[in-house]
Amino acid sequence: MPDAAGCWGPEPGADAGVKAAWDALAGVMDPEIPVLSIVDLGIVRAVSADAQGRLSVDLTPTYSGCPATNVIVLEAETALARAGLDAAVSVVIAPPWTTDWISDTGREKLAEVGIVPPPHSGKRSLTAPDEVIACPRCGSHDTRQISRFGSTACKALHACNACLEPFDVFKCH
Amino acid sequence: MSTDLKEALFATTLRLGDTSLVLGHRLSEWCGHAPELEEDIALTNVALDLVGHARMLLTYAGELEGKGRDEDRLAYRRDVFDYRNHLLVEQPNRDFGHTIVRQFLHDAWAVELYGRLCASTDATLAGIAAKAVKEVRYHVRHSGDWLVRLGDGTDVSHAKVADALGRLWPYTGEMFERDEAEQALVAAGIIPDPAELKAAWTARVEAVLEEATLDRPADGWMQKGGRRGEHSEHLGYLLAEMQFLPRAYPDATW
Repeated sequence: MPDAAGCWGPEPGADAGVKAAWDALAGVMDPEIPVLSIVDLGIVRAVSADAQGRLSVDLTPTYSGCPATNVIVLEAETALARAGLDAAVSVVIAPPWTTDWISDTGREKLAEVGIVPPPHSGKRSLTAPDEVIACPRCGSHDTRQISRFGSTACKALHACNACLEPFDVFKCH
Repeated sequence: MSTDLKEALFATTLRLGDTSLVLGHRLSEWCGHAPELEEDIALTNVALDLVGHARMLLTYAGELEGKGRDEDRLAYRRDVFDYRNHLLVEQPNRDFGHTIVRQFLHDAWAVELYGRLCASTDATLAGIAAKAVKEVRYHVRHSGDWLVRLGDGTDVSHAKVADALGRLWPYTGEMFERDEAEQALVAAGIIPDPAELKAAWTARVEAVLEEATLDRPADGWMQKGGRRGEHSEHLGYLLAEMQFLPRAYPDATW
């Protein structure tokens, strides 16, 4: 899980190559929500080095059908190569990604651009009643869901009854 | 794993992958045609998830088979009689209400199936299921909500979904069919018991139908054959469109 400051990164004492890989990956932005890096999103699951210093990076997709997955893999490979690192990127599906893995800094960045960060799932099931979503513009709790599916696989569309503005909500997943 | 069990697992994984792929393609046909923008986006989002599940399942099926067929080879280079999807999902979209009924009957099955497959003794299948179940939970909520809105809506919307329910009900029996090879998979804890699955599906479907003021059709003659490659005429047209490019330009890359 993220460190005390809410960020993903290398374990304390990790070797220089692993640290450099995390730094390079932190510069790879999600193609559909470009304020978030793939590290903020929590989709970089592991970075390790073998005895020869060759790096392995595990990425996990957000949604099974997310069309951005292939682009993300390509961009991660490019960023690692640009940093002069010898790394192999693979995609792992288990354990499945959850919005709880979005780091605190990632959640702050979402809020800054007017996307409501996902509620923490905890033990709440997706079939439980929707929780109250506050409008990211005026703060009103008087909001409604317009559509369960929004502009990307990971978002739903809501609107504020007070200021009338529509806004995106990152779905709890 | 014994050879027999591995073959049975290949067949089962292929059926799941084909069912996801065909339904995903059907839903993608709504792109640009749905009754409102939000639903256009919703149906195609669900389509993307289903194609995503199909990719994972077909990739795994290809590995189990061990003949070098990858997801694309399985999706694009098989004809109708080699497809193993449920007949339900290849039925045409017709109107929006018909699409929603088909989707709900499938989603209610998928959510119960994947929920149980998370505990499969086969780690890969369990991993795929754990990923998929989060998405199909969302799908069944969407299709179930729409079914209630349409069923408990106007006279016209009620009549349309009631008609669709009658048309599609005979295709639901196939979802709970199991052959001898699959019984071995059940015994090995790889796939769930079909009787338990059917009970859970029935309870879920009946609860939503009641809220939608729709009568549950009687279980009469059930159409079967999709799982063995015997399909309705509709699948050929779907594959003709889906497979056009790779068949016209075999092995094309970009």
